[in-house]
Amino acid sequence: MPSLKDLRNRIASVKATQKITKAMQMVAAAKLRRAQAAAEAARPYAERMETVLANLASGVSGSSAPRLIAGTGSDKVHLLVVCTAERGLCGAFNSSIARLARDKANGLKAEGKTVKIICVGKKGYDLLKRQFEKDIIELIDLRAFKQIGFANAETIAQNILARFNAGEFDVATLFFSKFKSVIAQIPTAQRVIPAEIPADALKTDAVYDYEPDEGEILETLLPRNLTVQVLRAILENAASEQGARMSAMDSATRNAGEMIKKQTQLYNRSRQAMITKELIEIISGAEAL
Amino acid sequence: MATFKFELVSPERILFSGEVVSVIIPSVEGEMTVLAGHAPLVATLKAGIVFAQTDASNGKEFFVNGGLVEINQASTTILAEQGRFIEDVDTAVLDAEILTAETRLAGTSDEAEQKRLHDVLVQLREFKGVFEQRKAA
Repeated sequence: MPSLKDLRNRIASVKATQKITKAMQMVAAAKLRRAQAAAEAARPYAERMETVLANLASGVSGSSAPRLIAGTGSDKVHLLVVCTAERGLCGAFNSSIARLARDKANGLKAEGKTVKIICVGKKGYDLLKRQFEKDIIELIDLRAFKQIGFANAETIAQNILARFNAGEFDVATLFFSKFKSVIAQIPTAQRVIPAEIPADALKTDAVYDYEPDEGEILETLLPRNLTVQVLRAILENAASEQGARMSAMDSATRNAGEMIKKQTQLYNRSRQAMITKELIEIISGAEAL
Repeated sequence: MATFKFELVSPERILFSGEVVSVIIPSVEGEMTVLAGHAPLVATLKAGIVFAQTDASNGKEFFVNGGLVEINQASTTILAEQGRFIEDVDTAVLDAEILTAETRLAGTSDEAEQKRLHDVLVQLREFKGVFEQRKAA
């Protein structure tokens, strides 16, 4: 049986923790609003880009197609770009992305393929390094940037492209968490090289004129598409992270409240028991006289 | 007057979406005006001003830097690499853009990339001159 002082201390510490989780929840809620707006504002661009690309790609085929659409012709070396958060305390957010990436990596290895990993965000690196230490070729840290924008995505995309042009890998897959709502984030794997052309893309029969020519436009469009996909992944991730943190901190606050209630009850019971015990002692002492 | 759907999207947000009478677009091969019923076209853009005319006497101006335009039967869409409302643009913004392009140019060794960045720089400087003249007028 813990003493009254122990109980008092324990209640005080749980209350302090509850204040922290509550504050974190409110901060996450405020950040979520901004992150969600950014993620939603970036969607139209990525979607339009996909449509334009699909229209263009349906025009080129066979050996004339650029390597970013057609691929290198083999699929021996896979690059996994794992985007996670820089900070923890956001529920299963980081671990669910890492799990998806780990399953994929294990599956590819079982097929005898080579796996290379680029981690965007420190938490994913922490989770993956135990098993894939040798396969992780780079860790991209975005902690220094308060507002993540097009420029950050561009640097990452250029990094990936440089590796692709150097022949370091054949297929690249992007791992991130799609923001659906505050309580639902979907870990997603998206193949970016060779570019995935949505099968249901509306095929217009219209014959386009190109200015300058088709090949040149595709040449600039494809790298940009990669940047846009990376940007979307990062922004979706940012919104998902705040959403996951908000709901994680909400339930932590609730759990702390429950714990305080239980401990206070226990504290009051033992206090009353103590008083009763003392009374009995006094009365029985008086009777003995 | 015949109108058509026009959208101007930058990676961060939608700048314009609605019915317009005509759009003036700074394509790499020169400025062009798009009216309703234009033939399908895909073109890349340079730094410049997009002018969307919403009716006979009203229009809106935007600054774009790079990107592409897709024109099809139903609508015209500009995917701008960078886009701003013209009110948000001043010489300082353009100078910052020029500086980023310059540092990038100095930092790259890839020939194709160097050529591209050089073109961007020339376009930006040219646009800055035009912009300053406009402001003075």
